[in-house]
Amino acid sequence: MFPGSNCDEDAVKGIRTATGDAADLIWHTADNLDAYDAVVLPGGFSYGDYLRCGAIARFSPVMAAVRRAAEAGKLVLGICNGFQILTESHLLPGALLRNEHLQFRCELVELVVEHARSPFTLAYQPGEVIRIPISHGEGRYHADEAVLDELERAGRVLFRYRQRVNGSLRDIAGILNERGNVLGLMPHPERAVAAWMGSEDGLRMFESMRRFVTDGGLLAAGAGHGAEGGVAHGG
Amino acid sequence: MAADRAPRWLQDGGPATGAGAPAGVAGTPAPAAGPAEQRGEPGPEEIRDRRLYRDLGLTDDEYERVVNLIGRLPNYVETGLFGVLWSEHCSYKSSKIHLRKFPTSGPQVLQGPGENAGVVDIGGGLGIAFKMESHNHPSAVEPYQGAATGVGGILRDIYTMGARPVTFLDSLRFGDIADARTRYLFAQVVAGIGGYGNCVGIPTVGGEALFDPTYQHNPLVNAMCVGVVRADRLVKGVAAGVGNPVFVVGSRTGRDGIHGATFASAEDPEAKERSAVQVGDPFLGKLLMEACLELMETGAVVGVQDMGAAGLTSSSAEMASRASGGIELFLDRVPVRESGMTPYEMMLSESQERMLVVLQRGREQVAFDIFQKWGLQVAEVGRVTDDGMLRLWFRGEVVAEVPVRALVDEAPVYDRPAVARPRTAEDEARERAAAERLVAKVAEVRPQPVPEGAGAPAASRDARTARAAGDAKDGQRDGGFAPHLLELLRHPSIADKRWIYQQYDTSVRTCTYTGPGSDAAVLLVPDTDRAIALATDGNGRYVYLNPRRGGAIAVAEASRNVACAGGRPLAITNCLNFGNPEKPHVMYQLVQAIEGISEACRALDTPVVSGNVSLYNESRGQDIHPTPVIGVVGKVEDVGKVPAGAFVRAGSAVVLLGRPDTSLDGTLYWQLAAGHPAGDAPRLELEEERRLQQLLLALVAETRVLSLHDVSDGGLAVCLAEMCIRGRMGARVRMTEDVRTGAEDEQARLLAAAGWLFSEAQSRVVAEVEPDQVGAVLAQAEAFGVPAAVLGETGGDELVVTSPGGRCLWLRADVAALADAFEQSLPLWMAR
Repeated sequence: MFPGSNCDEDAVKGIRTATGDAADLIWHTADNLDAYDAVVLPGGFSYGDYLRCGAIARFSPVMAAVRRAAEAGKLVLGICNGFQILTESHLLPGALLRNEHLQFRCELVELVVEHARSPFTLAYQPGEVIRIPISHGEGRYHADEAVLDELERAGRVLFRYRQRVNGSLRDIAGILNERGNVLGLMPHPERAVAAWMGSEDGLRMFESMRRFVTDGGLLAAGAGHGAEGGVAHGG
Repeated sequence: MAADRAPRWLQDGGPATGAGAPAGVAGTPAPAAGPAEQRGEPGPEEIRDRRLYRDLGLTDDEYERVVNLIGRLPNYVETGLFGVLWSEHCSYKSSKIHLRKFPTSGPQVLQGPGENAGVVDIGGGLGIAFKMESHNHPSAVEPYQGAATGVGGILRDIYTMGARPVTFLDSLRFGDIADARTRYLFAQVVAGIGGYGNCVGIPTVGGEALFDPTYQHNPLVNAMCVGVVRADRLVKGVAAGVGNPVFVVGSRTGRDGIHGATFASAEDPEAKERSAVQVGDPFLGKLLMEACLELMETGAVVGVQDMGAAGLTSSSAEMASRASGGIELFLDRVPVRESGMTPYEMMLSESQERMLVVLQRGREQVAFDIFQKWGLQVAEVGRVTDDGMLRLWFRGEVVAEVPVRALVDEAPVYDRPAVARPRTAEDEARERAAAERLVAKVAEVRPQPVPEGAGAPAASRDARTARAAGDAKDGQRDGGFAPHLLELLRHPSIADKRWIYQQYDTSVRTCTYTGPGSDAAVLLVPDTDRAIALATDGNGRYVYLNPRRGGAIAVAEASRNVACAGGRPLAITNCLNFGNPEKPHVMYQLVQAIEGISEACRALDTPVVSGNVSLYNESRGQDIHPTPVIGVVGKVEDVGKVPAGAFVRAGSAVVLLGRPDTSLDGTLYWQLAAGHPAGDAPRLELEEERRLQQLLLALVAETRVLSLHDVSDGGLAVCLAEMCIRGRMGARVRMTEDVRTGAEDEQARLLAAAGWLFSEAQSRVVAEVEPDQVGAVLAQAEAFGVPAAVLGETGGDELVVTSPGGRCLWLRADVAALADAFEQSLPLWMAR
């Protein structure tokens, strides 16, 4: 568990609500995630994020285990600070910079689901517009043109903002790794799992992951201990 | 002084802060220091002869009192202790006798004033801990850190009760937004609140922000925190159990914030030292919170207190005082940031993110393990005694030894003169001018005949067609009072506050049922089926005009906001922001406002369970408007029944609950015409208010209403406009008959119409009711003794207000134009 994570319990609640599965909170000092099929890095301010967001958390012991999980083809979902930690860890390309308007921004935003071929979007329609809240000060996705072109070409841009919310290049809200089993996104699906929250569109992200795992998805080489999720507290 | 009285373990080098404590704790301060003279501190005689106590915050009389109480001349450290604990900020010496008038008890109260926070019972074995506190003075000097540390401080007050903090609300007051420095203060305060609250992962769900030139050089930053605690697990700030060890946990002690408390008790913020402002570390704040909550869960904790104002001094003395005991501290063991810190500096430092914790002897290891897990420093710095003394050791020497009672309980109490400012000829001239300006303002308006075919909301399309045809091209200019309504909607006190709250994390912890932007926030209590409603309120304009009624209105309005969300108000916290109490008219405002608050609390059965007083809010000799801010917690019985705060569907009846009113007393409308608050405070009858709130709760429980919105700043017209804007839905209403009373004379007719639209008379709520429920709603209103009238119905895309007979058009505006004014005002100002 990264000190300073603050969306860890929300992630557990969101996963339980969406899938009915158990999820454990894993301390940042843990070095083994073998027991889990999927790993979620939740939002927050790991180590206060006084340096670049996620820059310290990437050195936590648990991140070596997260890297192994990713290499084994398990699903890894980094939400908000979790996305930042994944880019700092080079599990995903690019970086997340200060919002262009320089302010923190918390609001429900519209996203376009670029395609439904990924393990995280199986339950959505391609091109569907969904509503998921953002809550970040540093969510402006940046990468060089070549990387952006490659992301587009390979279908690795999974979610795009419909409005200009933070100045992200090509309105990118979430991207996949090359293999397609690691997703980083700034919006918080765990905050969109009940009608009273203003949207239930986040449910299907967790449902997609569950379906993928239980169907013994192609990418999940080496996984398959039942549908359990581990939340590495992090940011 | 008696080094040989030092306990053996200290002389031996102590029980090694390290013995069992995590590594790296308790950095020993570097050498230097030594006896008082070597530290460059003046001796007791010199303090007396050169009246140095004045620099430490004591008056001549107060110094005399100290000498009498301890029976000798105090040394430098002791004088400092008295100076800071007897400051207005810590001792409430000017307000104490008046604060006793607050009703503080009731079956719903689990913990009243006197602890770190008050607690109310919401059933199911759960309590809600809450408190509001000001951070005005630091925010005037260093707005980001001033606001951030205000949030951090109130957060610690909540979890020291054993409560898991679940939300923040912030009540803010700034000067004229046209002033660039005001915009700087505003932007930085908002960023600071977000900077702390977002990082610790607690949503900010409500509050208010008002703008008035009176706060130009003295902004108000009042932060409220709310937590959930098991009623049988309340933790208190007591240092009990002789021999129990005392620990400092969290941040190291530095030289920041020394004199913060005395600073907050002095007048001119511009003359204040920036070094007296502390710097917050929300990351450490988050770790400290988690560690303390985990530690309190173990039951090993005897008492906890935040080291807030006056740091180690107040936390140790107050904890000892509550236990009627004593405390002994070994200052060499306090982890410090800098070498060479003197006892005086350590005792007065206000470094943030520090806690004083008393543990059960023998269970220290429990704490060490928890703090180590969270990577936090912990240092054993002293122990609980039974001799009633606060005794400070430094380098084997007692550097201060004073009775706790003298410091805390024997602080001076002042019954300062409280006299209303006499009315002068100048006042009368000002009032005449204000009345003339109001008349001139309403004379700008020309009511129009209602166009043919615009008699029903369904026909509002026809009205638009007619307008497009040329008889009324510009909806703003030609819409009667529309320009005045737009002016109010653009006023930053009324305008949409999204610019503020979109910078706050409002949804973390996923318990925010109704976030900012409504009358009250509604929060789900985690892991239960319970919910609470929360609101803050306080209008300095009303209190300035009529302190007693203004104080009562603050309570009435905050409670009404909670009732509009279906919450039964349980209790209040308050933050009393006033000017210089040494001025009799300011003292009069304070005393009267406290009376008014007390009356309202009794009438509405909402006792005061916690609070804070902030005096000396003045600069350049100008006092702020007296501004008591009230925070209310209410219990929501069934969250599924919480009504909307804006129009939901077309064809509903628009019903006014409460008496129509045409007086412009105390309104923002009149202030904008006159350039200053004018008239009396708006009308308030507490009995009417009580009945109205009972009615609201009954209507919500029976799901008779679709939406509810309270009539407040800007009056009925703004209330209706807000319901239209947020619901993106028009409405067509007729004025009630009372407007006709002045119909014989054009000027009176205009004033009555303006009054009907913009009066801020209290105890009024607009309800949206489905047509088949109107009869039931009116019947319920009658049963509760609340006047009620159907004003019109929802529909179309315009807000239209006509005369009682429907022949004369007093106001017409496109909802889109209203929304634009309301929603773009703050963003446009802040983009300058």
